Amino acid sequence: MSKHVATKKAKQKRSLGRIIVEVIAVLVCGVFFLVPFYFIIVNAMKTSSEATQLSITWPTEFRMLENIQEVLAARDHMLLLAFFNSTVITVSSIFILLIVCSMAGFVLHRRKGKAISIIGSTFLAGLMIPPAVVPTIWVLEQFHLFKTFPGIILVMVAISIPFSIVLYTGFIATIPKEIDEAAIIDGCGGFRLFFNIIFPMLKPIHSTVIILNAVQIFNDFVHPLYFFPGADNATVQLTLYNFMSMYNTDWNLLFTNVLLITIPPFILFLIFSEKIVAGMTAGSVKG
Amino acid sequence: MKVNKVYSYALLIPAGLIYGLLFLYPTIVSFFFSFTRWTLTDWEWIGLDNFRMFFEESSLMIGFKNTFIFAFLTAGLKVLLGMVIAVFLTSQMKTKRFIRSTVFFPVLVSTIAVGIAFSVLMHPSEGLINQTLALFGVSGPDWLGNPNLAIYSVALVDVWKGVGIATVIFIAGMMSIPKDYYEAHQIDGGNKVNAFWHITLPLSRPAINAVIILALIGGLRTFDLVWAMTGGGPGFSSDLIASIIYKQYQAGFYGLSTAGNVILFVMVAVIVFPIFKFLNRREVDL
Repeated sequence: MSKHVATKKAKQKRSLGRIIVEVIAVLVCGVFFLVPFYFIIVNAMKTSSEATQLSITWPTEFRMLENIQEVLAARDHMLLLAFFNSTVITVSSIFILLIVCSMAGFVLHRRKGKAISIIGSTFLAGLMIPPAVVPTIWVLEQFHLFKTFPGIILVMVAISIPFSIVLYTGFIATIPKEIDEAAIIDGCGGFRLFFNIIFPMLKPIHSTVIILNAVQIFNDFVHPLYFFPGADNATVQLTLYNFMSMYNTDWNLLFTNVLLITIPPFILFLIFSEKIVAGMTAGSVKG
Repeated sequence: MKVNKVYSYALLIPAGLIYGLLFLYPTIVSFFFSFTRWTLTDWEWIGLDNFRMFFEESSLMIGFKNTFIFAFLTAGLKVLLGMVIAVFLTSQMKTKRFIRSTVFFPVLVSTIAVGIAFSVLMHPSEGLINQTLALFGVSGPDWLGNPNLAIYSVALVDVWKGVGIATVIFIAGMMSIPKDYYEAHQIDGGNKVNAFWHITLPLSRPAINAVIILALIGGLRTFDLVWAMTGGGPGFSSDLIASIIYKQYQAGFYGLSTAGNVILFVMVAVIVFPIFKFLNRREVDL
């Protein structure tokens, strides 16, 4: 009996200990990972003079809507143009990636032999090799694609191909080969087999490829900087970078800009966080 | 039945063409152009001059050193911190979903946005970090203005942004370890600390390898975070090879910029490839 009471007490003690540990964990996590975002949000709501203090106090005067209007109107609605351009680049690149990488992944997984495994490793090498910058510009110029939408879109596709192919081959490995064989016996050729039967079965991995690339391409700064320069060619990350020198006194506007371009990935994260995590871990543990 | 005929190379052509033309071909010709003085329309062979310049100019050499420090420091910290957080989150915590999401979210935020936010937080006098330290009587350093410190400050921010991906990879690795191992260990009278060293750590090896390789590759190629936070400064103190490639490109030294690219390529090959081999060999031994 007394033993029973003792274990009960020990249990209570342990659960109290656990609660304390949890509270500390949440606090530490909050300080390190949430305060920076809180800082961005409150400062995006402040007036210019209040934001110069760079503090995390709640704004005395709520200016969020005015700040948003001002940021959107700045430099002849540059940010709106940037959102439009980035959307065009992201959507077109993903559309191309979806088709060319699923086709390639299918052949790379199903075909056997030395030649195909060399081709496969050549694609995989792209996960490691840093892109050669100036030579790429040189190639683009030969095709008159430098500083054009098709140029930047094709470059984004080229650098995203390796990872997307990894995702597709991994998924296609789970589709039984018997399905192919049945289709072949029914007289299907390679293209019909792929487009009519395999492609529709890839839906779950299509969505992973779409989401991961959307985040990557929308957030990309380096490639538009090199391959899509020019005033009319603004993309969201380049615009944000340029606003940094323009607004080095108006922190409220700079943070409003940061906040606006963080919203699209945040929405994707809210809806698809499980899918994003699964895609990133699957791809990396395999690669 | 000739199966290979169905899996036709034709399906590979679109991806191969784009990748070959805009990724492989530029990579291959970069080796040639790194030995030239190059204007995009015209080139002149100058042998090893570009590379000599890279290793003789202290402003270029420092990028070489920084890239090395940056890659290994960030990779090491991501493995260490990611492992601690992952162990924590695979225990029976009620708040683990919340913590995992908060730690992971920065992975999805744009690097430029993170760089801007932290260069403000790291402001020497007004910044939140030093203001907080002052509350505890510590006078914080000039994180980004001190040439000896700037590259380390940027590395810390890179860890902040990237530790989430290491964490989720570790969690995935740990979740795939069969529960029986832990039960058997417990029946044999082992404690939790031992279970970590003898079960969790060795069986998480593939995940650890993946994180090391990913972090090293990412670290060696980093450009945007440094560019947003310090622009390579003060002076050249926080330049990385990737930021030097950009600076030389902007200055119109295309051959020199391409030589930087080749050096980066060789660095990745020389550092990452042997480590990759080594790690995978250990994996087989187990």
